[in-house]
Amino acid sequence: MLHRIQSRASNLKTSRRGFLKLAAGASAGLSLALHLPAQAQRSAALSSQGELDANAFVRISPDNTVTVVIKHLEMGQGTFTGLATLVAEELDADWAQIRSEHAPADSARYKNLHWGSQGTGGSSAIANAFTQMRIAGAGARAMLVGAAAQQWQVPVKHLEVSKGVIRHAASGRSATFGELAGAAAQQPVPAQDSLKLKDPAQFIYIGKAGVPRKDVGKTDGSAIFTQDIKRPEMQVAMVAHPPRFGARVASFDDSATRTIKGVINVVQIPTGIAVLARDTWSAKQGRDALKITWDNHQAFQGSSREILADYHQRVSQPGTRARNDGDAVTALARTDQRIEATFEFPYLAHATMEPMNCVAQVSEAGCEIWNGDQVQTMDQGAIAAILGIKPEQVTINTVFAGGSFGRRANPKSDYVLEAVEIARRAEGKPVKLVWSREDDTRAGYFRPAYVHKISAALGEDGLPTVWQQRIVGQSILAGTAFESFLVKNGIDATSVEGASNLAYQIPNLQVELHTVNQPIPVQWWRSVGHTHTGFSTEVMIDKLAHAAGKDPVEYRLALLQQHPRHRGVLQLAAEKAGWGKPLPQGRFRGVAVHESFNTFVAQVAEVARHNDGTFSVEKVTCAVDCGVAVNPDVIRAQMEGGIGYGLSPALLSEVTLEDGQVVQSNFHDYQVIRINHSPQIDVHIVPSAEAPTGVGEPGTPPIAPAIANALAAATGEWQTRLPLKGIRV
Amino acid sequence: MSVTLEINGVTHRVDASAETPLLWVIRDHLEMTGTKFGCGIAQCGACTVHLDGQPIRSCSTPLAAVAGRKITTIEGLASDAAADHNSVAGAVKDAWDALQVAQCGYCQSGQMMSAAALLSQNSRPDDAAIDAAMSGNICRCATYPRIRTAIKTAADQLSAGKTS
Repeated sequence: MLHRIQSRASNLKTSRRGFLKLAAGASAGLSLALHLPAQAQRSAALSSQGELDANAFVRISPDNTVTVVIKHLEMGQGTFTGLATLVAEELDADWAQIRSEHAPADSARYKNLHWGSQGTGGSSAIANAFTQMRIAGAGARAMLVGAAAQQWQVPVKHLEVSKGVIRHAASGRSATFGELAGAAAQQPVPAQDSLKLKDPAQFIYIGKAGVPRKDVGKTDGSAIFTQDIKRPEMQVAMVAHPPRFGARVASFDDSATRTIKGVINVVQIPTGIAVLARDTWSAKQGRDALKITWDNHQAFQGSSREILADYHQRVSQPGTRARNDGDAVTALARTDQRIEATFEFPYLAHATMEPMNCVAQVSEAGCEIWNGDQVQTMDQGAIAAILGIKPEQVTINTVFAGGSFGRRANPKSDYVLEAVEIARRAEGKPVKLVWSREDDTRAGYFRPAYVHKISAALGEDGLPTVWQQRIVGQSILAGTAFESFLVKNGIDATSVEGASNLAYQIPNLQVELHTVNQPIPVQWWRSVGHTHTGFSTEVMIDKLAHAAGKDPVEYRLALLQQHPRHRGVLQLAAEKAGWGKPLPQGRFRGVAVHESFNTFVAQVAEVARHNDGTFSVEKVTCAVDCGVAVNPDVIRAQMEGGIGYGLSPALLSEVTLEDGQVVQSNFHDYQVIRINHSPQIDVHIVPSAEAPTGVGEPGTPPIAPAIANALAAATGEWQTRLPLKGIRV
Repeated sequence: MSVTLEINGVTHRVDASAETPLLWVIRDHLEMTGTKFGCGIAQCGACTVHLDGQPIRSCSTPLAAVAGRKITTIEGLASDAAADHNSVAGAVKDAWDALQVAQCGYCQSGQMMSAAALLSQNSRPDDAAIDAAMSGNICRCATYPRIRTAIKTAADQLSAGKTS
């Protein structure tokens, strides 16, 4: 996912923000783009139905519905609920009257304030919009209260607002928001600085239980995803993609395809051969009947085994420095007690439940798409560039995404442009591009494969005196528009994050990177660099604790004296997990703590050894510190989900390539966890008044190392390769 | 071929080739989109519907195999739930809503159909029974802990309904 910008620790924040603004063509910076004016103005928009269009984020209709316009993509992470909670809080609305809807693509109004362009990622929704959405709610409230005061000829200060009703106690008068909407629309739009936000002690929704989700329709079949879009005269397209990255169509024969009932047309596009049909099954039959000869001259013909073997060679050589405290090289040269581990991580697919898809229609007026769109401004720009139109001629209807985990924020707008390439050849008809599961699994844009090596030595007190970490792998940002802004001095920050900012206090600390180009498309994958750095650093520190003869929790705490929030989650997770208390025979605990996206998470995994030597993860105790907990149940859900998402690569998942082709194709061979793999998960939230930070990704990094460390408690051996498939304890 | 199907109590006549998967008949021909496409090879369970009360993967069930038989989709489960909260459908839907199970929600139609089928046959499923009945349904958001709790909650609601 795209990254948060606001990390105090990150010296890249300014350049990231600067880039995103530039890439987006957005003009404004971090100002609150609320369409609340600096000075009070007359009249908000009054629609003909007597609706209050209070600002870019809040509409109130006479039927008493409050619509909150959500600028971020709802992909399961709960942004329809979290952002609406903030509006409802300051509006003093009744939660039941709130509905959420996706914003249109309009970066002037709906940009991510951390990026300067419209998009979702880097666990940034709550973090960037916390104040913005509260101001939106407070602004609408002020207009409603102003209208009541005017109608009843009473001072504003004598009015109370509660659960969507405005009351004047002395006269006993009251009115609902809906009843006041029309009059409120005649009120001046308040100036931002005239609005007073609540003191946290007054919160009725923020931090409270019983604030259910607003992404409704998911338990009755009515929620609409891209796959469910229907348009008049819509055609369904499936594409035959090259079986190797970099291969091209040499020639093709579509005669069999054209005989299939329901097939409308066959068109060649830059990414393959598309079959257009009246329905999905006909499109698939037609696609599968194509006879294509591929030109492999430019294609990748190697294997992931060769790639990793090369990485293992490189990892023993010095790389480009990402961090250099003290003098690690000399310190390592002086020790005769070097402790080393080499780690290996495979490519990973996102494997969203909803395979990639997009509905597109190209007409003379421009282009309209329907998509679980995660990066509206970038997609607008990319579509406009290939069609030779202006970005504002691209209309994006954002719908629910059936998962993303980063995939729908493709820096090259891959599947979106594929849909548009087909639609521009479809005589103005809307086209729904549907990828099969096999298309999706083999399309690339994987979490890159990496090899790490960590070399360390301990002082007489058992604490590490030196830590040298080398990371080898592809750059996610290389070759994208992000490269020139976010890759500094040869360091792609997404390759080393979580390692280059290691919190443990070690006097000689060096992190080096080897960036290796490969023709395998790669992309951010839920928690990005932390997917691998969280594992290597937390397994290594556990190994060092063991070498020092120290308790793994106490050892970490001793090295985290400058990091109270790391300590807080570590201590809470340990306490709630009963760390140090005896376990039944055959049960083992492991711990990990990791910060990502400015959120701190510690997990204790409890593993059971079975008679046949296999193991299962039985229980995970998780503590999270994400600042102000806006919606505790959504936070718990994201920790549960983040842990579950991390369990798959911990235990089962890997993408391999042979003879240039992705070996896996579907869920039978790209394995992911199922309910029988899912442990009991207990989530504990650290009470905090710090600025809220994201929860979509930070639950994922600690689970794999916590499991590996639990296995080490059983075996004395620290596993260094993921997945842990086939490990016996 | 022309086939008659009964879906959610309504009879439909469909013209499609015999091998067309039921999933695409439901989604594309009959335009009921609650049943989802996830894998196409009966590996993920997103397309689960009931055929004469039994859970099946509609992506791998040809139209010819279901002619004249009764099919229930998530839309049918939801209307059954609305009609009677003490029904299995009602208990499942109430539990899913009360426990806020869904995240992205894409797999949940299939999860709920599998859960309803389980509870119809086993009113008190233990963890092993839940694992056996539900392990064909993948959730990439990993809502599994809540799915497990929701099934137990639904079982409690059903048994409370019977005794009251």
